[in-house]
Amino acid sequence: MRVDRKIAWFVLLGLVTVCMCAQLLAPANYAKQFREAPNASPSKHFLLGTDDLGRDRFSRLLYGGRVSLLLAPAAALLSTCLAAGLGTIAGYAGGMLARIIMGTVDLFLSLPWFFLLITVRATLPLDVSPMTSVTVTFALLGFLGWAASARVVYAGVRALRTSDFITTARACGCLRWRTLAVHIMPNLKPILWAQFLVSIPAFILAEANLTMLGLGVAEPLPSWGSLLRELENYDNLSSQPWRLAPLVLLMLVVWGFQALLSHDEVMA
Amino acid sequence: MRTHLRSSTVLIFCLMCSFSGFAQFGGELRFCLHAEPKTFNPILVDDDASDTVRFLTGGVLVRLNRSTQELEPNLATAWKVSSDGRAITFTLREGVSFSDGTSFGADDVAFTMKQLMDPALHSSTGDSFRSGNGEVVTKVLPNNKVSITFPAPIAGLDKLFDQVAIMSAHSPLKEKAVLGPFMVAEYVPGSHLILKRNLNYWKTDASGRRLPYLDSVRLDIQQNRDLEMMRFRRGEIHLVNALDSEYFDRLVSQSPQSAHDAGPSMDSEEMWFNQVAASPIPSFKREWFKSTNFRRAISSAINRQDLVRIVFNNHATAAAGPVSPANQFWFNTKLQPHPFDRAAALKLLSSEGFRLDSGVLRDHLGHPVEFSIITNSGNKTRERMATMIQQDMEGIGVKVSVVTLDFPALIERITRTFDYDACLLGLVNTDLDPNSQMNIWLSSSENHQWNPQEKSPETPWEAEIDKLMRSQASTMDPNKRKQSFDKVQEIVWENEPFIYLIHKNALSAVSPTLAGVTPVVLSPQTFWQADTMSLRLERAAK
Repeated sequence: MRVDRKIAWFVLLGLVTVCMCAQLLAPANYAKQFREAPNASPSKHFLLGTDDLGRDRFSRLLYGGRVSLLLAPAAALLSTCLAAGLGTIAGYAGGMLARIIMGTVDLFLSLPWFFLLITVRATLPLDVSPMTSVTVTFALLGFLGWAASARVVYAGVRALRTSDFITTARACGCLRWRTLAVHIMPNLKPILWAQFLVSIPAFILAEANLTMLGLGVAEPLPSWGSLLRELENYDNLSSQPWRLAPLVLLMLVVWGFQALLSHDEVMA
Repeated sequence: MRTHLRSSTVLIFCLMCSFSGFAQFGGELRFCLHAEPKTFNPILVDDDASDTVRFLTGGVLVRLNRSTQELEPNLATAWKVSSDGRAITFTLREGVSFSDGTSFGADDVAFTMKQLMDPALHSSTGDSFRSGNGEVVTKVLPNNKVSITFPAPIAGLDKLFDQVAIMSAHSPLKEKAVLGPFMVAEYVPGSHLILKRNLNYWKTDASGRRLPYLDSVRLDIQQNRDLEMMRFRRGEIHLVNALDSEYFDRLVSQSPQSAHDAGPSMDSEEMWFNQVAASPIPSFKREWFKSTNFRRAISSAINRQDLVRIVFNNHATAAAGPVSPANQFWFNTKLQPHPFDRAAALKLLSSEGFRLDSGVLRDHLGHPVEFSIITNSGNKTRERMATMIQQDMEGIGVKVSVVTLDFPALIERITRTFDYDACLLGLVNTDLDPNSQMNIWLSSSENHQWNPQEKSPETPWEAEIDKLMRSQASTMDPNKRKQSFDKVQEIVWENEPFIYLIHKNALSAVSPTLAGVTPVVLSPQTFWQADTMSLRLERAAK
């Protein structure tokens, strides 16, 4: 195993472990407002200072990591599975079925999902818990984020379908489902893995944007996306660089997932 | 030698001007409109952008001094309201011309009133003058006087003319002929609007020089407040009105001489509970929300001083009621904001049968007290206020969910479906007179937010408010009107249909290159003296 992949595994597992142990490691409850110390600088009480309502930023970062590191990969898995299923069927079956599926992909890519998401939020009951609200958000992202990946999968399957080894397999009497399961799907792994890994940071950022529109993590529950909103006030960043902590962690996660990709997967 | 002498004279004149405080002529004032102006017809104005253009271009009979809050003569040198409050007589200024040279006279006032009251035009400015069924009669009197008679008395009649820009009855340019300091010269939709100096403007400065000092005003159409602030810092624009506290503090740290805090504004932030009988919320919740003691307990459990200190960085004042201390005449000085007192809140709640059970407040039927607060998404200060209220409520065992919705969805809930528990919003108040709040306080009104369009007042105190509001609207004596409206404020303070939280301060940014600017709390905060504002040209050029 390459050194950078080992480091990436170490970083990702370390982050997941720390965030999962937030209840043990966080010095304060993520919602607790220390009103005498809003916007405090880092100290032994507040390792990363406090936010504008006096909440401990380090605790919020740990709890926020739980939301982002669990739900974003779950949404990415959902969208990749949908993309794999539909892209493979379209690419392998071809003909009318492929046209219908790819037409649906085009439709999904052209629809104004932004407005749909706003409408969904407006119709949700008001008394749902913050956790339910954020789960719904990521589920929606997963359901809506498959179309672009399906195009990539479709192109990959089309290329494999006309390759020599598939032709040989079919000439040897290999059944369609067996060709798909044994010969095509394993060769799609780099594509699917790449799509899965690039979706995770995209979903974390999408959640940050949706939070600003009211369709994301409801207060007081934190997520890395909602913590990134602090960077809107960019003027104080040079004097308060600790506010960059969620961005640094997000970059580490993105780098970690990228480093896990092999050369073939990166090419895919 | 002669050239040398002339140069010396010019130099001496310039030096005299700079030392004697003379304002310089010339230059272009630049600031932003946050939306496209919908109309340039002053009669049809009902949006902020058009109102700005009307303020800068329109000539009015009387002008409200935004600093003293008193009326001052403008195109009318004198005016008198009849004892029954139905008629007003103006003595018009002589020798005044519109921007195209057409002379101004009583005919123009009569024409403007006719346009204003034309039902086909649906003028929102005209709505303020609709006091009853019947015609508005304008009579041209001798000695350059004009009298306007209304079918029924109108309280605060003279102040309403601050919004009426006089139009020309005879000019072929129609509404483009104006009496204000500037006139519209160029409009590029989506980009900018340029107002040029009106060479026929009637006003002169103390030394007899014709105003305005500025050559032009450029209004850039810019919705994004971040970009607006960035342009201000670069010196591309000279003014920013209605800053929020975060922008203001950033400006203070970078350019303290540009930041102006004029004190509490007329705007308020408040929350209210849904008391609509037909709303789809559970009946036990409606029972809580209808209880005055419940509302007062919630109000007492909110720490307003923390909201002021943390959310607004002390650029706000805890609110006692609908009228801010900025409204010098109508503010009821006897009222104080409800103090933060959890023990008092729990006492009030226990008197209504609520009990604290293992940190959870329950009603007499055992329901845990939980409600959601909706507010508009994207408004950081309201989201922070709601989050702080959420924690304050935990202190009395109440669980609160904060839900941010886009504005249309929020309006749908509070005006049509009534599917919400509590709402946190703000009221932008531009008018000093309580008559502008009739649509909030009358129980039959659509904007009676906690329970709109009641067929008859559902509580005795709402009936009392109805009576007092009608009484103040039909009385001409300002002191009697004040007594009635003071009583309304006291009833609202006592019953808290709206839980008033804070009044934001009027914060603005003014470039140091501008002279003659006194930011105030009333709209328009910074450019209300546009005709006497000037640019220090050397500094502006740098």
